Amino acid sequence: MTADLLTKRPDRRRITSVPYALIVPAVAVLVLAMGYPLVWQLITSTQQFGLAQQFGQAAPFVGLQNYITLATDPYMWTVVGRSLLFCATCAAITMVIGTLFALLMNVVARWVRLFLQITLLLAWAMPVVAAMTVWTWLFNLRSGVINWMLTAIGLPFHGHNWLIEPLSFFAVAVIIVVWMSVPFVAFSIYAGLTQVSEEVMEAASIDGATARQRFFGITVPMIRPVIAIVLLLQVIWDLRVFTQIKLLQSAGSVKSETNLLGTYIYQLGTGSSDFGLASAVSVFVLVLTIVISAFYVRSMLKEDES
Amino acid sequence: MTATTDGRVARASRPRPRIRRSKVLYSIVGVVVALIWVFPVYWMLNSSLLSNVVLQEATPSFLPVGGSFANFTAVFAGGTFFPALGMSVVIALIVVVLCLLFAFLAALAISRFRFRGRKAFVLAVLLIQMLPAEGLFIAQYKLLSSVGLLNSVIGISVLYTASVVPFTIWMLRGFVAGIPIELEEAAMVDGLSRTQAFLRITFPLLAPGLVASGVYAFLQVWNEFTIALVVLPDNSSATLPLWLQGFIQQSASRATDWGQVMAASTLVAVPVIIFFLFVQGRMTSGLVSGAVKG
Repeated sequence: MTADLLTKRPDRRRITSVPYALIVPAVAVLVLAMGYPLVWQLITSTQQFGLAQQFGQAAPFVGLQNYITLATDPYMWTVVGRSLLFCATCAAITMVIGTLFALLMNVVARWVRLFLQITLLLAWAMPVVAAMTVWTWLFNLRSGVINWMLTAIGLPFHGHNWLIEPLSFFAVAVIIVVWMSVPFVAFSIYAGLTQVSEEVMEAASIDGATARQRFFGITVPMIRPVIAIVLLLQVIWDLRVFTQIKLLQSAGSVKSETNLLGTYIYQLGTGSSDFGLASAVSVFVLVLTIVISAFYVRSMLKEDES
Repeated sequence: MTATTDGRVARASRPRPRIRRSKVLYSIVGVVVALIWVFPVYWMLNSSLLSNVVLQEATPSFLPVGGSFANFTAVFAGGTFFPALGMSVVIALIVVVLCLLFAFLAALAISRFRFRGRKAFVLAVLLIQMLPAEGLFIAQYKLLSSVGLLNSVIGISVLYTASVVPFTIWMLRGFVAGIPIELEEAAMVDGLSRTQAFLRITFPLLAPGLVASGVYAFLQVWNEFTIALVVLPDNSSATLPLWLQGFIQQSASRATDWGQVMAASTLVAVPVIIFFLFVQGRMTSGLVSGAVKG
């Protein structure tokens, strides 16, 4: 029997068709629903593809014309700049609050920690569209509770419309995105914090390390890998906010002044029916995502090899 | 921040009053922060129980005193909730089944076999998982419209399966890799064939992993809005998120019955919250596994 097992081991290393057969379904659905659209999009981004083409006319090849149109369009740069700024703002605020929450969980009484964790879980679990309807209601100009509270403490917010001004529109969007993203950050960093052993901390304090030294010398290095990966995910996710912006726009705002990359593509594709231009923006977004994701993917690959 | 270590010292050494006071202070901050964070969820439940007349009053009611389930009854009676629920349930079931099957097979391949192209496949899975829906939805719309599958369950199910399957593979890979191959080999020593060993030993151990991945896939599909918005343009084929969004859109033009909107939001959110509590731990560790292991 043992001999049989020994001969079986090398078997796994022999070239076999089994693993290929196992990945066929996944590969097939990915090629069909992702690969094909990706290729179509790359091709279309080099074509003039407007309304006429929607009705069946052949799309003429225009080379990089769509990309040139975008690169020379100040509006495109406004949208790109806006998206990056929005992403950076959300990610930064989320990380700071999330880290503070994780540290807070570490120092409060046990029942408070449990309470905080449950409330964060509830916020995290809210489906994005449901969260959006609630926040639109909270910020409602006539009967929203936020305007009521601000008025109650004496500020002139009676009947204030939060969504009409682009700046306050984005302030609302940032609040919502941060509210939804903080729980993940807080839980991940707290998980990292719980791995900092008490013994090490004690030893350090016996050796005379101050609280500040222990924090920056032990805690921070221990949780740095978690912070790095969580920050990376936040940047990737905040760059692709579509639902939140789209739904806030539907609740009443000037689209051209509040578009981010996702909603701009949507508007180009569905509103102006310019698939060539929309594809070019999409390709830009994909390239941007892949560049940023490269770090994340590399760290996950290391995990796969271990 | 120094407080973190203060707290630890407090536990380690003799508790001094000063430190106890700081712990109480932090606990108060913790409770306040928790209340602020959960307020929107509470407000959804509270408003769902109040009538629109009460909600439009100058001073908000912070407790659902005199509340009723009338908003929920009205939402059910509106006639559009159940078709949307049906659509969401059918799509979610199809995607969860396909996803688990495809991902399970692929996870077996990458965690039990070393084969040429394995690394490329893993890389592709990880990269595809990061692609934003907005980067592809125009092309996916075009794909479905060219084969006449807009507004159809099949069309969107295929798109969803493709977008959820990469992370499901990654998640299941972890579970399969966690079951030592030696268990199977021991069973083979005892006379089982390789397939039998797998089915009787490894598969039952994988059940929790399959449940967690299935719930994850379900949540993704249940909440998905972007792709649905693009490829399900007809109201009659709306999924729950699209149906709910319809309420906000009305608010731009005419007076919205916020009580009903909040009741509708509650109906969409509650099953998600329940399922979410099951998988939360696994999702966190799946996303940051490499970093948290320590």
